[in-house]
Amino acid sequence: MNPLFERTLHGAGMWSAVVSRGKRLRLTDLDGGSNVGMLLYNALERTERYNMPDTLKGQHIFYLRAPYCLHSDMGRLLASVTADSVGWHDTVCGHSDSARVLAKYGANNYQQASNDWNRNTRDCFLIELAKWGLGKKDLVPNLNLLSKVVADEEGNLSFVPENSKPGDFIELRFEIDTLVVLNTCQHPLDPDPVYRHRHVKLEVFAGEPPALDDPSLTVRPENLRAWENNQTYHTLRF
Amino acid sequence: MTESTLNPEAAIYREVIPAGDWWVHEIKKGQTLRILDLEGNQAADTLFFSAADPTERYSADRTIQEQAALYLTTGTKLMSTEGNPMLTITADTCGRHDTLGGACSRESNTMRYAHDKECMHACRDSFIRGAQEWKVELTKRDITCNINFFMNVPVSPGGGLTFADGISAPGRYVEMRAEMDVVCLISNCPQLNNPCNGWNPTPVEVLIFPS
Repeated sequence: MNPLFERTLHGAGMWSAVVSRGKRLRLTDLDGGSNVGMLLYNALERTERYNMPDTLKGQHIFYLRAPYCLHSDMGRLLASVTADSVGWHDTVCGHSDSARVLAKYGANNYQQASNDWNRNTRDCFLIELAKWGLGKKDLVPNLNLLSKVVADEEGNLSFVPENSKPGDFIELRFEIDTLVVLNTCQHPLDPDPVYRHRHVKLEVFAGEPPALDDPSLTVRPENLRAWENNQTYHTLRF
Repeated sequence: MTESTLNPEAAIYREVIPAGDWWVHEIKKGQTLRILDLEGNQAADTLFFSAADPTERYSADRTIQEQAALYLTTGTKLMSTEGNPMLTITADTCGRHDTLGGACSRESNTMRYAHDKECMHACRDSFIRGAQEWKVELTKRDITCNINFFMNVPVSPGGGLTFADGISAPGRYVEMRAEMDVVCLISNCPQLNNPCNGWNPTPVEVLIFPS
């Protein structure tokens, strides 16, 4: 199937768009070791947003993989992971800011490096959020797709390097019309001291909402109930 | 486990928060907040905002990132969205507190348990009312991923996550020193559908000690 849209982000690339219900967004790591920071909002009700705690406690899981879902803070599904060659995507470590990037990678501003300068995830999120009328109050704990962080019994976290190999991908199907805000800055706990400019390909494909026997809805009874809340929302709204 | 050196008689403020109620109060830089689990196994859902600019608020992800660890205990710096330490945990007789589990809401209760649980009182409603009553009106947008003091949400090395029985007990407490002037918003959790309160929501007490 040909994508409806295709773009390759380079380095700390940014992208935001509204993608309607049923369509699928595929992110492919072209170089390996990439990270995609992502936030999701209901496109029409932008105070409804991706919610890390409800995603985790609703599915009894600490990370994301197919066929699990991304839950909003309103008891509904924003998206489902429909395909995934990686198997582990971090949900808890948040994003870098300018101070952390400066401390970790050293000074490399636009004046020095032109468009190869060292951007940071927080700035990238805030820039794209502003274009949709959103701001600091809407910047909540984000997803770090393609990256893996594991916890030991005491809760100490370890970053697992090269979790994603060249050609690895994750595909999300949107379950509600969704504002997607993403960027390809490094994971905040990535110990690599070099600021690498990796490539991630974005593709959007046409698609349909899931059937009731869809793996994303059957993997947990919570997901089916959240889906029923989506159905109620769509029945009343449209 | 770290016991406090502070005597409750030295507190300049004491208030018991009944189960299901909210509490909002300013804590000045240098003051210490103690949250006391009076009857045991009670979840105190807690948010912090900078008193000077509530746009700067507690960040669960930044706090986890800063210590590269999931659970909160003595020594944990509670970090803001702007990367500043808001408070530092200075004493803790419980040993572990959660910041992954978030707050219950009527909406998430329908997802987690059953559609007919929508009518049950939930933390987000308390957070909304407490936020609206602060000097500068705050809204749902200001309510983000919170701390659950006294709550036990273990993550396994394989990536599983559960709401486990509490490890708190009557009289256990956690104490934190404010590193900036902060507004503290607590919802004393009314959840009846999981073990976070031992299926029996009970009061907590807050004490504020001078710097």
